[in-house]
Amino acid sequence: MKTPIYLDNHATTPVDPRVLEVMLPYFTHKFGNAASRNHAFGWEAEEAVDRARQQVGALVGADAKEIIFTSGATESNNLAILGAAQFLGENGGHIITCRTEHKAVLDPARYLESKGFRVTWLGVDANGSISLEELERAMTPDTLLVSLMAANNEVGTLHPLEEIGKICADKNVLFHTDATQGVGHMNIDVARMNIGLLSMSAHKIYGPKGVGALYVRRRRKPRVKLSPLLHGGGHEWGLRSGTLNVPGIAGFGEAARLISAEGQAETQRILALRERLHQGITERLGHIKLNGHPTLRHPGNLNLSFAYVEGESLLMGMDDVAVSSGSACTSASLEPSYVLRALGVGDDLAHSSIRFGLGRFTTQQEIDHVIQRVTAVVNRLREMSPLYEMAQEGIDLSKVKWQQAH
Amino acid sequence: MAYSDKVIDHYNNPRNVGALDKSSADVGTAVVGAPECGDVMKLQIKVEEGKIVDAKFKTFGCGSAIASSSLATEWVKGKSLDEALQIKNMDIVEELALPPVKIHCSVLAEDAIKSAIADYKSKQGAQPQEKTG
Ligand SMILES: Cc1ncc(COP(=O)(O)O)c(C=O)c1O
Repeated sequence: MKTPIYLDNHATTPVDPRVLEVMLPYFTHKFGNAASRNHAFGWEAEEAVDRARQQVGALVGADAKEIIFTSGATESNNLAILGAAQFLGENGGHIITCRTEHKAVLDPARYLESKGFRVTWLGVDANGSISLEELERAMTPDTLLVSLMAANNEVGTLHPLEEIGKICADKNVLFHTDATQGVGHMNIDVARMNIGLLSMSAHKIYGPKGVGALYVRRRRKPRVKLSPLLHGGGHEWGLRSGTLNVPGIAGFGEAARLISAEGQAETQRILALRERLHQGITERLGHIKLNGHPTLRHPGNLNLSFAYVEGESLLMGMDDVAVSSGSACTSASLEPSYVLRALGVGDDLAHSSIRFGLGRFTTQQEIDHVIQRVTAVVNRLREMSPLYEMAQEGIDLSKVKWQQAH
Repeated sequence: MAYSDKVIDHYNNPRNVGALDKSSADVGTAVVGAPECGDVMKLQIKVEEGKIVDAKFKTFGCGSAIASSSLATEWVKGKSLDEALQIKNMDIVEELALPPVKIHCSVLAEDAIKSAIADYKSKQGAQPQEKTG
């Protein structure tokens, strides 16, 4: 077994060797510009892009012509939200999103708010789920966009896309979903779910970094129209100018093809490993809280709070395991995770949280090692935790008057 | 984040983890920080004839917080109360090569030393020390 063990597949995934194989020729002898219409180099590149467009579209039940290639999900989200708002809401309007979205959705929405749009920030319950009634109630005649993600990148909670899509369709409101973490692991069908815009990223599905896509509904009605963010040579039907990243796009296509073919079996395997990890840890350690939804969650996601132990010190003790923490100490902001806060997880437990992200290349041997490692480190840190000592003495920590640093 | 060798050493081999009898008159106890902020340090000193003869700590916090409190126990041992009060957080920052975002850990450790000494002194004030010898 190689160490460090990689359990941070929500941050990024390694490029599958089969994907790399498909990409390589487009760096070397098939280096053409997909927009070069008058020679074989261009045709070759265009062919690769067309194939990838079809493969990426197929992943979510879309036509090739509905796929716009971008530099990643951040750009896709920006194009979706800003592009739709600009096109539909010249005089402002109303947008609905949720507090637990990725920053790449929150920040464009906040930007629009500063430009005079009205934004409803839906809250979530303790599992990270929105209330469909609340969504429906939030809709007004000037609502032009609902943006709700497929699977949460921190706590793994899945949103009920089909129900959300139905509400949006009934009210004739455009539905955008950031499906960056969802595609390949859950069934997504843009037609059945009434999705008008959908963001994806290659590097979360074993493709290369810096490549993404936005699905824009065109085949079915109502057709979605957007204003572009990048103006120039008119690539991607004028929605995203700039010479296409042909090797990256070819890799994205192959990554999409692989996960379309293998995703279902892979999801089952990853889910079983995740359950093994969860069970293995809870059998050995007490005072553990699962963050996110117990069942409606991303198969590779396990987000746990280890009470009385601070997350960064836990990571330090597991130096042969790559995971991430909601602890403030691991972020530049010194604030614990806003997603955990939105779920109502106290700052103390947010500081104690670890996100395990399992993926295609995670093995049972690795999981068993991680269980041993986590157990040993948590036990050691609890032995030196004043909070654990106080809790053992029967002191209610929430009633203690803490003395802050000056 | 990369940790200095000294932080890693204190994290892996913390000195003086444990507890002293907090009800004892010659023990001063400090609990500083708050769980919501991600750091709580408990530091205890045992004083004999004006000298700190033992020190123990327990810390909830990041590696730098653990290292700062571990180092604090090492440094106060053998010092008089006045000498221990001279320990400044920047001495800890320097010794452990803490980055700017971790300076609050050293501040907390300095606070813990001062607060443990204050606790000891208030106990001594409240119940005059019995002379035993
Ligand atoms: C839910 C979600 N949306 C958007 C992004 C941003 O994706 P990209 O890195 O492709 O810009 C991420 C990745 O961190 C994500 O998890």
